[in-house]
Amino acid sequence: MSFYELGGSDIGMSAPGYPGFGSSVGHGVGSAPQGGVAAPLQAGPGQTYPTTYPAAGYYSNPPQSYPTMSNPCAPASSKAPVMNSQYHPSYYHNSHPHTAHSNAVPGHANYGGALVQAPPLQPYSTAAPPTSAAVHANQHSQPFQQHPGYLGAYYGPYTASQGPSHYPVVSYPSAAGGGQYNMQPSSQASLQQVSRGNGTLPASTSTTAPSSYGALPAGPSVAVNGQVNTVSLPALQRYDQNRPASAHPYTGVQSDAGGPASDRPPSLPPSTSVHSSPSHRQGVDSSSSGSSASPVPNNYDSLEGGSYPVPPATDSSKAAPPFGFGYPNLQPAYQQSPASRNDSTPSYSGFNPPGYQQFSQPFPTMSQLSAALGGIGGVSELEVEGLRPVNLLQERNILPPGPVPPPEPNLSTDLRKVNCSSDTFRCTLTNIPQTQALLNKAKLPLGLLLHPFRDLTQLPVITSNTIVRCRTCRTYINPFVSFLDQKRWKCNLCYRVNDVPDEFMYNPVTRSYGEPHKRPEVQNSTVEFIASSDYMLRPPQPAVYLFVLDVSHNAVETGYLNIFCQSLLENLDKLPGDTRTRVGFVTFDSTIHFYNLQDGLSQPQMLVVSDIDDVFIPTPDSLMVNLKESKELVKDLLNTLPAMFTHTRETHSALGPALQAAYKLMSPTGGRVSVFQTQLPTLGAGLLQSREDPNQRSSTKGVQHLGPATDFYKKLALDCSGQQIAVDLFLLSSQYSDLASLACMSKYSAGSIYYYPAFHRIHNLPLLGKFQKDLQRYLTRKIGFEAVMRIRCTKGLSIHTFHGNFFVRSTDLLSLANVNPDSGFAVQMSIDESLADTSLACFQAALLYTSSKGKRRIRVHTLCLPVVSQLSDVFAGADIQAITCLLANMAIDRAISSSLSDARDALVNAVVDSLTAYRNGVSGLQPAGLTAPAALRLFPLYVLALLKQKALRTGTSTRLDDRVFAMCEFKSQPLRHIMRMVHPDLFRVDNFSEQGALHLNNCVVPQPQLLQLTAEKLTREGAFLMDCGSVLYLWVGKSCSELFIRDVLGCPNHTSIPQNMTQIPDLDNPYSERMRTFLNWLQESRPFWPVLYVVKDDASAKISFFQHLVEDRTESAFSYYEFLLHIQQQMSK
Amino acid sequence: MEAAVFILSLIDCCALIFLSVYFIITLSDLECDYINARACCSKLNKWVLPELVGQALATVLMLVSMHWFIFLLNLPVASWNLYRYIKVPMGNMGIFDPTEIHNRGQLKSHMKEAMIKLGFHLLCFFIYLYSMILALIND
Repeated sequence: MSFYELGGSDIGMSAPGYPGFGSSVGHGVGSAPQGGVAAPLQAGPGQTYPTTYPAAGYYSNPPQSYPTMSNPCAPASSKAPVMNSQYHPSYYHNSHPHTAHSNAVPGHANYGGALVQAPPLQPYSTAAPPTSAAVHANQHSQPFQQHPGYLGAYYGPYTASQGPSHYPVVSYPSAAGGGQYNMQPSSQASLQQVSRGNGTLPASTSTTAPSSYGALPAGPSVAVNGQVNTVSLPALQRYDQNRPASAHPYTGVQSDAGGPASDRPPSLPPSTSVHSSPSHRQGVDSSSSGSSASPVPNNYDSLEGGSYPVPPATDSSKAAPPFGFGYPNLQPAYQQSPASRNDSTPSYSGFNPPGYQQFSQPFPTMSQLSAALGGIGGVSELEVEGLRPVNLLQERNILPPGPVPPPEPNLSTDLRKVNCSSDTFRCTLTNIPQTQALLNKAKLPLGLLLHPFRDLTQLPVITSNTIVRCRTCRTYINPFVSFLDQKRWKCNLCYRVNDVPDEFMYNPVTRSYGEPHKRPEVQNSTVEFIASSDYMLRPPQPAVYLFVLDVSHNAVETGYLNIFCQSLLENLDKLPGDTRTRVGFVTFDSTIHFYNLQDGLSQPQMLVVSDIDDVFIPTPDSLMVNLKESKELVKDLLNTLPAMFTHTRETHSALGPALQAAYKLMSPTGGRVSVFQTQLPTLGAGLLQSREDPNQRSSTKGVQHLGPATDFYKKLALDCSGQQIAVDLFLLSSQYSDLASLACMSKYSAGSIYYYPAFHRIHNLPLLGKFQKDLQRYLTRKIGFEAVMRIRCTKGLSIHTFHGNFFVRSTDLLSLANVNPDSGFAVQMSIDESLADTSLACFQAALLYTSSKGKRRIRVHTLCLPVVSQLSDVFAGADIQAITCLLANMAIDRAISSSLSDARDALVNAVVDSLTAYRNGVSGLQPAGLTAPAALRLFPLYVLALLKQKALRTGTSTRLDDRVFAMCEFKSQPLRHIMRMVHPDLFRVDNFSEQGALHLNNCVVPQPQLLQLTAEKLTREGAFLMDCGSVLYLWVGKSCSELFIRDVLGCPNHTSIPQNMTQIPDLDNPYSERMRTFLNWLQESRPFWPVLYVVKDDASAKISFFQHLVEDRTESAFSYYEFLLHIQQQMSK
Repeated sequence: MEAAVFILSLIDCCALIFLSVYFIITLSDLECDYINARACCSKLNKWVLPELVGQALATVLMLVSMHWFIFLLNLPVASWNLYRYIKVPMGNMGIFDPTEIHNRGQLKSHMKEAMIKLGFHLLCFFIYLYSMILALIND
């Protein structure tokens, strides 16, 4: 009955049972458990997926490296036994490299001294003990590599200098791509920035750096000498300067002007002695303000707008939790400085003189330590907060006042700052349990939720000849690797020690040599590489779009054709693509119509194929045409298309043959097929019968036919996927059309599914608006072609189940014919081997795709999380939203493969089991009520909400297609969207207060408190807004103040509010203005424009509004309180 | 007569052993990425029915020759094969479905099953061999 039983049994099977096979599990995640035994198998994948891998490095890789590693690790771990304890205060004292280091340079209590005498090389050589435990090595050098200061350093100069039109692109001077991306100017500019900031050393930086380029490799070990010093100098300074600005480059908050002083006051006086620190600070401020003034827009595709909510969000959330419980109220900018100060305080007071601390800053090992210590301060509080027992039966207001923040991984500040954004990459347990046994004990699912192709406004793009990757597991170099010395880095996933290529030694941003740890790849956990031809199986494909349109009588009735043609006409120029973009059209009823749009024709030529049993392509060359060359003809066609079929009497629909035709048309290139369908396919291959029994819609017994009726669409999708074709389905049907079967065509070809039940251009205006908005977004959003995504995790972890729209091609490789910014993915993981010898677990998702401009690119996201050995820590780090989403995915799988009631039972059991595990394993006492750790306090609520979702509810009348569509949405949407669907936000909007309002470029966005989803919170005197993701409801109470109705809704009184109001009128008064800014703010934060319904106390909309009040009792489901009692009862069994 | 029955079942059993080995090899190929899930599944699905028939044949042979013990030994495997064949969801492409084989540890359970079957067939092989020799001697 529980979800976990499955995972558990699999895991038992894994490696030991079949060593022969296990050892051959090739690359990436699969290889992780087996480590270096990669060589034999990698010959295989080469045949299958040569696209993904550069042949040479990968296959020729010698397996012997792995065994060698185990030797160094043994002594290391015995010398430093502390490394397994998670938050090592004692580590600080014990670990030899540090003490050695501090002894070596005892006099360097001040910054200046450090600068002169200690080159960056030295920490490396001292830190050399090659430990197997990632803990150790990471602890050593990571903060050094990824100190936030560098982050700032990269963005600052770029944004200031580069102008608005490019990503910050980093490239080697040697790289040919450089000119293309304006790199040279930008790195020059950054250099200028440096020298400006340095004040004292303008000349030396710019001159010595290039000259040392050649000199260094000869004798890098001769550390303490002049040349090396000069090289290191700018770096150190930059580091220091930018530190305060570090977190801000994205946010555009200027409040860091005072940051340096408040942040690290003691550091400045010493440094004055060497440099003129005021000029430093000015440098900082100017660069940071420069970055805030002109954040680099994402021009790669100027199409995508949207803000970049990540960094502020992460900053605020990351910095906040450890430092008190009131964090949601703090403004991000405010949290910044206290955070960093707090981090350093413990080390001041606890262990060392202030000067030492200062000294430690520029050094990897030291800053590492201070970070580790900073972590401790936060740890206890974080844990206390996460574990604080909450008596659910007594806590009435369980929701936080604002949006539920993602939990903060319990990492050192430096790692935390560089970690992947929680919007992109989220793990259900932010503290990874050490063993599968511990995970089983916690009874929580372990998995990742990914949104890899999210629209970003800030993304470092890197062009280089060699993309540095681990030779064994092919992990891309990332901020969490450790540099053993200048020449070698240790992979954080498989622990292989790799060489740093010469090219990587040169840092194009600072134009200095010998600082591999400062390159953008090692400074950012989300980067994009421009891939070389090694990553291509064939030349990058052009953007190819085929539209397959239903033109049967039913389709014409709904009137979608007009809207589609209109929308496409408007967005024809905005279709992502370059000069090679090709488009084509196919329409179908009982026959299939092709359109010859070859350049040179005077008007589009329609070709009809009526042999639907054996579809052929009438003229293979002229059906998919170059958009640029044939634009006039395409426009012509779009203008005439709606009229051509207005009088059609054909009621049949030969969807299957049309899809076969589309497949044949597209297979030479690959691309995107958009299918518009309005009824059940009735002719030819893939015809379907109605399977729904309307009388069973509200049955409580179980729901039939959730799976496909035929494998036709699945086979087609797999064929398409093989030819890099994605099929997107728009279903605009008022009757049952067996979405369960049709959806397969998109599910396995990595397409998207849109469903507009009861679509009609006259009778259903709100839906029409939604269709238009969706279409616009659909046509213009970014798109990646012929993509594959590989998810790798630290050795010992493995992925066993995938959720989302794609085809799983091998154990860790997802084949995505198209990738779009609105799709999310989820995976479930198991722990095959104990993670006891590491304290950090890392996950890397690499998405290789062809951009619409014909560039092969790799987007890499890396997430790093701590490993814990205590059950309480596992509970403290539970990410309840991620858990809910993963459980929803698992429940849907279960519902399809087994039965709906099974799935529902499993969901309830998930809550019961984990709360029981908490009661027995952590809290120790047996309290009377129902207690949950604070981290899981929303668990019962969310699960109850899940049980009341269309996808999983029973007893309430739900059309089969609606249910199936809801399931598809759960499987393919990103976390944020799912959470809004599951548990909508409810606000009271008739009495906005200024308290806590956001100020965004001179408009004030009120931030009303989140309300519980219960009718109890609604009053007749108020107006309430419910945000369900794709739908907004504005519920207006019967005796709502006339003022609100008049000023906001533009109606004299409650009775005169029209039935189908879907817009707030544009009225010129502060009330209305505030409401509209609030609405806009809600709507802009998501890719899809949600429909607004104004709901009065009547009619159908009211029902759907009240359905979302999940805490209330319905005729067939528990109220929240009843549900808690039910859980309590189950637990006491 | 007796000997003929066992010779026949011995041949049948050999075929089944080869089939099991083929299943294991193909599945492990998939596991280590030598072949595509699609190709693997279509290869294997082809042989599901022959396997079912082969197992049923052995079972029926034992039934008609009234070797109750061996019949009862074979029956569960035969019915398991049949059950799995019937229980394939309508939308799937057979017992081995490329879209699901990497999910929920299916690959591992398929592998486990193939291993168990291999063991079982080996056991049967020796039983048949022994019985055949016994029958030949008795003749």
